[in-house]
Amino acid sequence: MRFSFASLAHNAMTYHQDWPRQWRSPTPKNHYDVIIIGGGGHGLATAYYLAKNHGVRKVAVLEKGWIGGGNTGRNTTIVRSNYLWDDAAHLYEKSLQLYEGLSKDLNYNIMLSQRGVLNLAHSLQDVRDTKRRVNANKLNGIDAEWLDAEAVRAFCPIIRTDKKARYPVLGASLQKRAGTARHDAVAWGYARAADMRGVDIIQNCEVTGITRQGDRVTGVETNRGTITAHKIGICTAGHSSVLAEMAGFAVPITSHPLQAMVSEPIKPVLDTVVMSNAVHVYVSQSDKGELVLGAGIDAYQSYAQRGSFHVVELQISALLELFPIFSRLKLMRMWGGIVDTTPDACPIISTTPVKNLYLNAGWGTGGFKAIPGSGFVFAHTIANEAPHALNAAFTLDRFSTGHLIDEHGAAGVAH
Amino acid sequence: MLKIKCPYCGDRDETEFSYGGEAHIERPDSPSEVSDEAWGAYLFGRPNKKGLMRERWFHVHGCRRWFNLLRDTSNHTIIGSYTALEKPSIAELKKESRKGGAK
Amino acid sequence: MSVNRLPSSGRINRDVPIRLRFNGTYYLGYEGDTLASALLANDIHLVARSMKYARPRGIMTAGPEEPNAIMQINVSNRSEPNPKATETYLHPGLIAASVNAWPSLRYDARRLSGIAQRLMSAGFYYKTMFGSSTLWQKVFEPIIRRSAGLGKAPSDPDPDVYDHMHRHVDLMVVGAGPAGLAAARDAALSGARVALVDALPEFGGSLLSQNRTIDKISGMDWVSGVTSELETCDTALLLPNTTAIGYFDQNYIIAIERRLDHKGEASTPANVRERLWHIRADKVILATGSHERPLVFSDNDRPGIMLAGAVQSYVNRFAVLPGKSAILFANNDAAYEAALDFKKAGGDLVAVIDPRQEPQGPLVEELFATGTRLLSGHVVTATLGVNRFKGVNAAPWNGHAITGKEERFEADILMMSGGWSPAVHLFSQASGKLRYDAEICAFVPDIYGQKECSVIGAANGDFSLNEALRAGSRESIKAATAYGKPTRKTARRYAVEEPDTGVSEACWQVPAQNPADQGKLKQFVDFQNDTTAADIALAKREGFDSVEHMKRYTLSGFGTDQGKTGNINALAILARQTASSIEETGTTTFRPPYTPVSFGAVAGRFVGPLTDPVRTTPMHEAHVKAGALFENVGQWNRPWYYARAGEDMDAAVRRECKAVRKGVGMLDVSTLGKIDIQGPDAREFINRLYTNSVTNLKPGNCRYGIMCGEDGMVLDDGVITCLDDTHFVTTTTTAGAAHVLSHMEDYLETEWPDLKVYCTSITEEWATIAINGPKARDVMERLNADEDWSAKAFPFLTHKEVQIGGVMARIFRISFTGELAYEINIPARYGLALWSHVANVGQEWDITPYGTEAMHILRAEKGYILVGQDTDGSQTPQDLGLNWIVSTNKPDFIGMRSHARPDTVRSDRKQLVGLMTESPEFVLEEGAQIVENPDAPTPIPMVGHVTSSYWSEHLGHSIALALIQGGLGRKGEQLHSFSLGNWHKVTIVDPIFYDIEGAHRDG
Repeated sequence: MRFSFASLAHNAMTYHQDWPRQWRSPTPKNHYDVIIIGGGGHGLATAYYLAKNHGVRKVAVLEKGWIGGGNTGRNTTIVRSNYLWDDAAHLYEKSLQLYEGLSKDLNYNIMLSQRGVLNLAHSLQDVRDTKRRVNANKLNGIDAEWLDAEAVRAFCPIIRTDKKARYPVLGASLQKRAGTARHDAVAWGYARAADMRGVDIIQNCEVTGITRQGDRVTGVETNRGTITAHKIGICTAGHSSVLAEMAGFAVPITSHPLQAMVSEPIKPVLDTVVMSNAVHVYVSQSDKGELVLGAGIDAYQSYAQRGSFHVVELQISALLELFPIFSRLKLMRMWGGIVDTTPDACPIISTTPVKNLYLNAGWGTGGFKAIPGSGFVFAHTIANEAPHALNAAFTLDRFSTGHLIDEHGAAGVAH
Repeated sequence: MLKIKCPYCGDRDETEFSYGGEAHIERPDSPSEVSDEAWGAYLFGRPNKKGLMRERWFHVHGCRRWFNLLRDTSNHTIIGSYTALEKPSIAELKKESRKGGAK
Repeated sequence: MSVNRLPSSGRINRDVPIRLRFNGTYYLGYEGDTLASALLANDIHLVARSMKYARPRGIMTAGPEEPNAIMQINVSNRSEPNPKATETYLHPGLIAASVNAWPSLRYDARRLSGIAQRLMSAGFYYKTMFGSSTLWQKVFEPIIRRSAGLGKAPSDPDPDVYDHMHRHVDLMVVGAGPAGLAAARDAALSGARVALVDALPEFGGSLLSQNRTIDKISGMDWVSGVTSELETCDTALLLPNTTAIGYFDQNYIIAIERRLDHKGEASTPANVRERLWHIRADKVILATGSHERPLVFSDNDRPGIMLAGAVQSYVNRFAVLPGKSAILFANNDAAYEAALDFKKAGGDLVAVIDPRQEPQGPLVEELFATGTRLLSGHVVTATLGVNRFKGVNAAPWNGHAITGKEERFEADILMMSGGWSPAVHLFSQASGKLRYDAEICAFVPDIYGQKECSVIGAANGDFSLNEALRAGSRESIKAATAYGKPTRKTARRYAVEEPDTGVSEACWQVPAQNPADQGKLKQFVDFQNDTTAADIALAKREGFDSVEHMKRYTLSGFGTDQGKTGNINALAILARQTASSIEETGTTTFRPPYTPVSFGAVAGRFVGPLTDPVRTTPMHEAHVKAGALFENVGQWNRPWYYARAGEDMDAAVRRECKAVRKGVGMLDVSTLGKIDIQGPDAREFINRLYTNSVTNLKPGNCRYGIMCGEDGMVLDDGVITCLDDTHFVTTTTTAGAAHVLSHMEDYLETEWPDLKVYCTSITEEWATIAINGPKARDVMERLNADEDWSAKAFPFLTHKEVQIGGVMARIFRISFTGELAYEINIPARYGLALWSHVANVGQEWDITPYGTEAMHILRAEKGYILVGQDTDGSQTPQDLGLNWIVSTNKPDFIGMRSHARPDTVRSDRKQLVGLMTESPEFVLEEGAQIVENPDAPTPIPMVGHVTSSYWSEHLGHSIALALIQGGLGRKGEQLHSFSLGNWHKVTIVDPIFYDIEGAHRDG
């Protein structure tokens, strides 16, 4: 049943009794053309584009819990493409463009809200780095503006911009096309659309082993039995190393907690997304009225989906430095995810040492905004057994050659 | 806020320490003689184990000594700590931790 | 007296009446009242409108689980959104208003018609497809946003002050009800350090609301006795008004203490509004009690429908009878006690409706004996009233379906109870695992996630007071034993009189009259988010059958009450929908904080200037006096430039540069990191650390050095000075100092422990002044006339110890400007005096203090790099044209191997070059991108970017440094710079613009 105002009104008449499942709950088949391990946004998007763009008929997404329950459902929902380095910028821009048409493409309102993203500069070096990034964005065809402190004040009057601040705001970059999207809806929308194209989405199906014949992958062991496949893609953010180890190779990844939180809901007060690298916090206000905020990762490695409270304290101290009027609002809920970080803060979307096994990993804190683009190029990579031009640089072997992309080297704020 | 036992100073809050990643990653004796792959693996290859992991910590706001900690990355349980130049077995560390008891 | 106030009893202070204002009207209450109890005393039930459907809502609970009574509190300039009326204590000047009621509570314009409400099923917005994204983003999203949200953010910064507190204790007890008091008691008496926190202003927990006898005295007298006893223990930390909000790894508990709001006082730095306690405990006892569940039946949300236990609290604790008459709808005997208390206080108990077919037990008997009509095997099928509850229809059922005719009952309030859920939030936050206990129809603690933790009393599913006290004493003695000095060996036996509460039966959802009855009648599960049982059924129908999916799709449990009342009902209803057990369905994850906590308290004192500490040099005072503007460099404040009257930045900087090139200038370089390296292997260590060699660096000599990370990229730079064969001093960049020291210590302690070397930061020990310019030698001669300052006696890149003003100073002949320069290091305490002294003696040559901006220009004219500005972590020394400083003779240094990787030996890497602009007066923007062909189609390929760019007054043209692909081999080539829409032609040149031979520098 297509979603529309008409169908909503029609179903309201029958008290919504006739809405079908948004995706089926199939029993796993014995064999698939392609198995995607991991039912987060990236895995579901990959399955969708495999079916839609490459006509792959038998695709399964195996999810150990419930779809969208990992980082897809735990992030701060920011989408933007104002990355510094060409390779990253082109990939994220592709992603943002797909986001712009995604509600229509999926027939699912993902509540994209292009309210703009401000990246604040607080030191002279921040200013240099920010302008460098704005200039790179412009030449790459990505919308970007430089705002001086006065313009920042005009655009978002509640940010503290006075000179007495510990780290005064000296300016900011603004990407107007950036903003937020409803994270759950992205997962569910892709799931529903993939399901309509015949993809089997299998929840509560945990992969416990990856089977090989020589240097070629043959299938997976799961808690619901063995499933064979011609090709397998790994999209298991938070557990990339664990899956790679099952397949018998190592990845240059460490997993860390990343914490995020929301305030109690309040009436609209912040109509853009504000990010600051120097005063480390990023914040937006959800449609429900909650302030949604996050910051940097916890230093230690962890798979526990929780971090340390002092990291949250630092983050809120930063929030109040930027927004002193938020002090009497209340922290309502906090949570943690597991982010897989790479040495150059850029993802790996690549073939692997095992034939027919593909890896999509290492998004660090920047995965949500990449979902459509990542799914698009990963599907291409799996279908063609070679990378798309947009992910050609994101290979696994760049860590041996030294050809890093180094998005965090300069002004790359990777959230 | 983990509670970490510095082998030199005793139990302290995590904020006194800085993290140094996985322990016992051996720097090649003669780096010039190893292959690009081996050097890349030394630089970036990390087991990133889910479960018990040996990791480096630096008591930066304390005695400024580096040491190692055995911690479960799946639930943050800390088994024990030891100086940078030792490598006691997991069994030994567990035994030590039991002996220490609650206090 | 207010209409619903009982003439006596209760924990309120009738000697202190307090006037409050609610929605513009004044009411009377007493000290000890909550806003909720005071409103109920005045017979105010309607306090809110619901978020989605704008339905009238009343006070439902008496605690932090309240979903409806959300307020905007205004006390002078201390406006606060969203406190719950049930947690807000009366104080003079209290002004409260409902949120989300427009234009008024009684007539809300948002009250939607039936059809529109019908559209708004769970997740309806995902199905709304807009032809254009503009329609969604410009019209509908703003409408959704405006109607969502509760209160308003204040418009001014918070005037209040907050503190962080830290404690280590032997035992932490959360909850000072009977179980918690018993748990704190024996450990505290043994001398152990005990912390006891409770959310309420007075200890007692359930005993505040329930009449009990312990050891032959009333429950509250017993509480007073134990509290006094605890107060005599010096090692006991007793914190009322304090809620434990988070339980983290290794028994780390965060608790929020509210100190002033309930008194209506303003904070001062010495009397803070809230304290955030950070408590590390050897043992934790959770005695957090339980939450009562509502029942899910049609229109169960009318103002006047309250939890039975809440009514009991209002009657016994606050001396308020929330209505003259009441109906009880409950599936458990504990609720009967509440109804009996209501009746004993003078209320008229109209009827008891019990879904259990055969309720039995002493309380049932007692109620029966009062002559109250008891309808067992009945449920409420409908409720009456709009802005105020008026009555119910009740009908018999068989546990699944309605089996008979409806009967109507009328009363002022409905007391409902669906049983009690242990408050397992903290236990679960700390990775405890739950199991479902079918006997009490609730989840209880099963497997502990932390060592040395116990959950006792109602929080553990033990609702008997006797059992709670026993468990408290038992665990307390265990803690005392671990501490080492227990005062007793066996648990105390408290003599308790309490009613037997019998057996409750699950009643998760009352059948609606019509299975498809989702229209007018609604069965609310999450009251704050307007989630109904029908929404959960719809979620299941659409495939959201995992409990986390259901929660996210219906928003159940996402309110400011975090689902304390509704979550268990929601998952039980889902379990029934999916035909699975409650155990299989499981709970959603419990997340901190247990109750919302102000951001101010979380930040504590780390706001404003203390967001990050400011570091200043000993000479800071002189800079301020001289009119310096400051630049943040790391945590340091460094003089950026010194503006004289009438000067703008450009003029000041031009003047400062000119002084250095033509006369003499002085710069405070105390912020540069200084590391003292000593030991027999110091030389070897430095050789391994820096890219160049110090093998032949003689005592008294200095050498510029670069260090890399293992990845081969430039990490930091500085000057290495050999004081003697086993003693070196190195400098680092200002921002890199701490990291470089850690880096050194890391290698020393873990990679090369065989090297005998010690490293010590001496940054703060020495103040440093750089004297630069052709007249620098004149100044030095004036500072110490006995010393030979000539280039021959004291050449470039050497070091001496010299008396300056009677103090031994370390002088270095190093230059970051390309001029003749001396850097004077003096013990920090003489820094300010030396600065004044140098300024005085330099007057003759008009010695000019200069800031970082002039310093940057002067060094750029010489092509000296600034790590962090001309590098970004992806440059090798070779990329920067510093091959000359990378040793090829050493067997190894940190980063050496990486310089031979395929990518680092590429010739087309970005390399540091100089740029000249086509028009000499045009100053490029730092951060400008460099392009070969500006007419190329987008994306236009970039070959590099400008890292440093200045107007050079001395040279009479602009200069720039840039990183350009293959730049070292492209001198003379013309390229195009782009910044913020402006293009300019540039030519690649050598990065050294001034005094290439170094004659000035060598002096």
